[in-house]
Amino acid sequence: MRQTKNNILQKIDWITVLLYLTLVIIGWINIYAAVYNTSHKSILDFSQKYGKQLIWIFAGIILIIIIFTIKSRFYKFFAYPIYIVTILLLFFVLLFGREVNGARSWFEIGNFRLQPAEFAKFATSLAVAKYVGSFNFNIKKIKNLLATLMLIFIPVIFILLQNDTGSALVYFIFILVLFREGLSANILIFGFIAVILFILALILKIITVLILILAIAFIIYWLSQRKLKNIIIASSIFTAISLILWIIKHYGNINLSDSYVILISFIISSVYYIFYAFKNNISKIYSFVLITLASLIFVFSVNYAFNNILEQHQRDRINNLLGIKYDPLGTGYNVNQSKIAIGSGGFSGKGFLQGTQTKFNFVPEQSTDFIFCTIGEEWGFIGTSVVLILFVLLVIRLIFLAEKQRTHFARIYGYSVAAILFFHFAINIGMTIGLAPVIGIPLPFISYGGSSLWSFTILLFIFIKLDTNRSDLI
Amino acid sequence: MTNQYSDRKYIISGIIILISIIFIIRLLYLQVFDNKYKLSANNNSQRKVIIHPPRGLIYDRNNTLLVYNEATYDIMVIPNQLQKFDTTLLADLLNIDKDYIKFNIKKAKNFSYYKPSLFLKQLSIKSYARFQENLYKFLGFFAQARTLRKYPQKIAAHILGYVGEVDKKILEKNKSYKQGDYIGLSGVEKYYENILRGKTGSKIFLVDVHNRIRGNYKNGKYDTIAIAGNNLTLTLDAKLQAFGEKLMQNKIGSIVAIEPSSGEILTLISSPNYDPNLLVGRIRSKNYRKLLLDSLKPLFNRAINAKYPPGSTFKLINALIGMQENVLTENTYYTCNHGYHFGGITVGCHGHKSPLNLKESIQISCNSYYCNVFKSIIDNKNYPTTTQSYNAWRNYVTSFGFGRYLESDIYDESKGFVPKSTYYDKYYKKNHWSALTIISLAIGQGELGITPLQMANMASIMANRGFYYIPHIVKKISGGISISPKFEVKHFTKINEKYFSTVVDGMELVINGGPGSTARIAKIDSIIVCGKTGTAQNPHGKDHSIFIAFAPKDNPKIAIAVYIENGGFGATWAAPIASLMIEKYLTKKISKKRKYLENYILNGNLINKK
Repeated sequence: MRQTKNNILQKIDWITVLLYLTLVIIGWINIYAAVYNTSHKSILDFSQKYGKQLIWIFAGIILIIIIFTIKSRFYKFFAYPIYIVTILLLFFVLLFGREVNGARSWFEIGNFRLQPAEFAKFATSLAVAKYVGSFNFNIKKIKNLLATLMLIFIPVIFILLQNDTGSALVYFIFILVLFREGLSANILIFGFIAVILFILALILKIITVLILILAIAFIIYWLSQRKLKNIIIASSIFTAISLILWIIKHYGNINLSDSYVILISFIISSVYYIFYAFKNNISKIYSFVLITLASLIFVFSVNYAFNNILEQHQRDRINNLLGIKYDPLGTGYNVNQSKIAIGSGGFSGKGFLQGTQTKFNFVPEQSTDFIFCTIGEEWGFIGTSVVLILFVLLVIRLIFLAEKQRTHFARIYGYSVAAILFFHFAINIGMTIGLAPVIGIPLPFISYGGSSLWSFTILLFIFIKLDTNRSDLI
Repeated sequence: MTNQYSDRKYIISGIIILISIIFIIRLLYLQVFDNKYKLSANNNSQRKVIIHPPRGLIYDRNNTLLVYNEATYDIMVIPNQLQKFDTTLLADLLNIDKDYIKFNIKKAKNFSYYKPSLFLKQLSIKSYARFQENLYKFLGFFAQARTLRKYPQKIAAHILGYVGEVDKKILEKNKSYKQGDYIGLSGVEKYYENILRGKTGSKIFLVDVHNRIRGNYKNGKYDTIAIAGNNLTLTLDAKLQAFGEKLMQNKIGSIVAIEPSSGEILTLISSPNYDPNLLVGRIRSKNYRKLLLDSLKPLFNRAINAKYPPGSTFKLINALIGMQENVLTENTYYTCNHGYHFGGITVGCHGHKSPLNLKESIQISCNSYYCNVFKSIIDNKNYPTTTQSYNAWRNYVTSFGFGRYLESDIYDESKGFVPKSTYYDKYYKKNHWSALTIISLAIGQGELGITPLQMANMASIMANRGFYYIPHIVKKISGGISISPKFEVKHFTKINEKYFSTVVDGMELVINGGPGSTARIAKIDSIIVCGKTGTAQNPHGKDHSIFIAFAPKDNPKIAIAVYIENGGFGATWAAPIASLMIEKYLTKKISKKRKYLENYILNGNLINKK
């Protein structure tokens, strides 16, 4: 079954390559439309963004050729060195980087600017794939898991220090990769619950959320035990303690909010619940009490973190996304204008170069983070759904290919690529249609910019290269 | 190699597909089902600019320009484009103070940061030129061309009327007007608004987020051009109007002159009047208030709205009705003993020869004669009751255009007042009034209220010997629009034409009859003027001086009514003014012999004397 090197062209997964090329060309055309102006009509005008993007695309093709000529095993062997070099670059950019839009994340050499955070994605993916894919690795071992998380969080910390929160958030998607490699499903479920609680904690009054959590806890407990007597006793104890505490608080003139009364009441009640669990040997109750308590404390922390740790513009963005405060001319301006641009496209769009919202700068960053608006305005629902489906096809194709890999390394790397691309297109498109907070991350292959195009190209084509050798054991 | 977690690919793929489906549904909703965003997009990027058409010009009958449009500039401001500027220089250039700048920029900001607001209205072309040179120093400001009405002749304010910007009420009522449009508010400007206003054009520009124009929307497919209003040629004779206005200075009253053969109004003066340029542009509201508070009421158009007693001029009407009703002939003689005395009622008269026939009664203006005529009309045995005979009389009167609208094209004319029999029934109780009760109608006094326009129309009827064309002010409309056909219809009175010659002969004698004639002062050597004086008693002061006339006697060219409030006898002011107007119109000048008369009138001051 040995194949000669000459047959590499036959082994390339052309479906993925085709999807990649389609997205890149869609991007280039829409960058042209987004910044189109009558004095620079030629799409080949290299002083304009669309001309430059074409240069990046050709440079990208050269990168692809280089990637294909390097042997697959190189990537595995050099995974850690590449990772370390990237971390060093992330470190140096903090010292020597140039600040753009408040983020110190660019190296500048002449006219050329490079964003190391973009390249940290494939470096981290390689390192994670190598580590998690190594023979001795067992995700159930806390030591192994912590080491993996460290690999992920080192670049996150540097990127956060660069003040580029958007790029840092991308790394959380590695949870999907780890999930595929055997991470407990509970973590995914907890993550999901945490997101729900996070949103509820911000939307509703904290006391309402607390009561809601307790009500759900009691109901789930009742559903699992089917003993009405127990649940009545349990809830009565809690209610009685809350009442007593409230009366003490009220008449004792103690300055304590009602939410704390509920929290303290539950902690006191828990003593009885645990005692009951111990006496009757029902281990389920332990986790129940713990999860409920954790949820309660989580809600408090979210509230605290939101009000004390996040900065005002981040609070505003979240507020705006969740519809807590609506301010279409202030914080919500970008998203509002973006929705107007996309919405005004209608079913079939206004036509190529006919968009008014994006062209006349109503939408900010229309060639980079908000490029999807141009697609929405000029190509309508047809355009947006086609782009969305292309991304889904690409990601699903990557998962399909990853599953076919014989090495852990290639599979894990493939999943990393799929997960990163998924996170990018979901958050980017989500923010333009008001379903995700505005964090400035590009739409892969489509947004203007050399660093982002190259980093995604490298990310993707290393996997395609690995895929050509999938029958080999490297 | 087996892999225990490989089923998790379905969960992961499921999450990805689920989120994508949510996105697709959201996009479908945003782009296909919800139209809100499409409207917002248009509001964002399309700026409709209204192009105001120039209003139609107005000329007199000899093509003298009466009204034209002068270019002015509104200074607009867009707050978000403002940058630091030299307020002192701006204040100096625009001749405003700094507080004005501060206040109006704040006002504009309150309205919108992105849309232009009016900063300063109607800057003259001279100030604009100065401002234009410095415009680059004031980012955020720009000028918008407007027009203002301008009146080079400074005459005929009441006829022309004035324009103003549409107010909220009009905007709500009439959707074809937009904020900032001009609309005629009185006079010809109002009556012919639809002809003069033209058609507003609009252009849709695409603007960017900074409100800078980036091009035409769809290459101007939806743009409309502004179409200028149609021009009007008035029937007015500007020279005669100006002459009349000069004669009327320092007098209160009115002159109306009509071309009898067409009903065209040659002159329509209400005095005191004002310079129409006062009610234009920024100074309009200030001047309007001033004119409104003036005790002499210069804004009041006496020519069409003042209801005056016609005095003795009305005797002509009674004479005609008497003859038509066969209670009077050319040769009916009545005596006069310094007045009319009957059943305890006395209507005084001046001393003159007695008895008199009809023509002489007109020449001398005998009160007693007409009391007799009126009594015989009302007591006519052909009518069983006084009410019926009165109604018959009233019918004749209204056929002259009295007591009803003439339906001229002068905005806001009054119909005057000729009492109905029911009016007297109410006043005196039914059947409790007779010819004697209302005998003052015989000599044009009492409850009669006639506008100067109606009096001029009466003169026109006399000139035409029995018919009139509705007096009108517009002769021609540009652009192939014809004037209302109603102005070409002859309106006959209910008096047989044959009776008019007697009355006209009498009117000739009023001026040319030698001793005893009431208006010899109005005699013009070269022209036979026919007229009738009137002196109307007036409870508020001195008698009103009235004169109606037409000339020449054959083939008359002008019919005129002059009404001078508190001017005394008809022959004192009204008759000479009328004769000067006639002479001016027919001979284009005042003869040397009558210069003294012109000076006497010009120097006459009836306002400050009081």
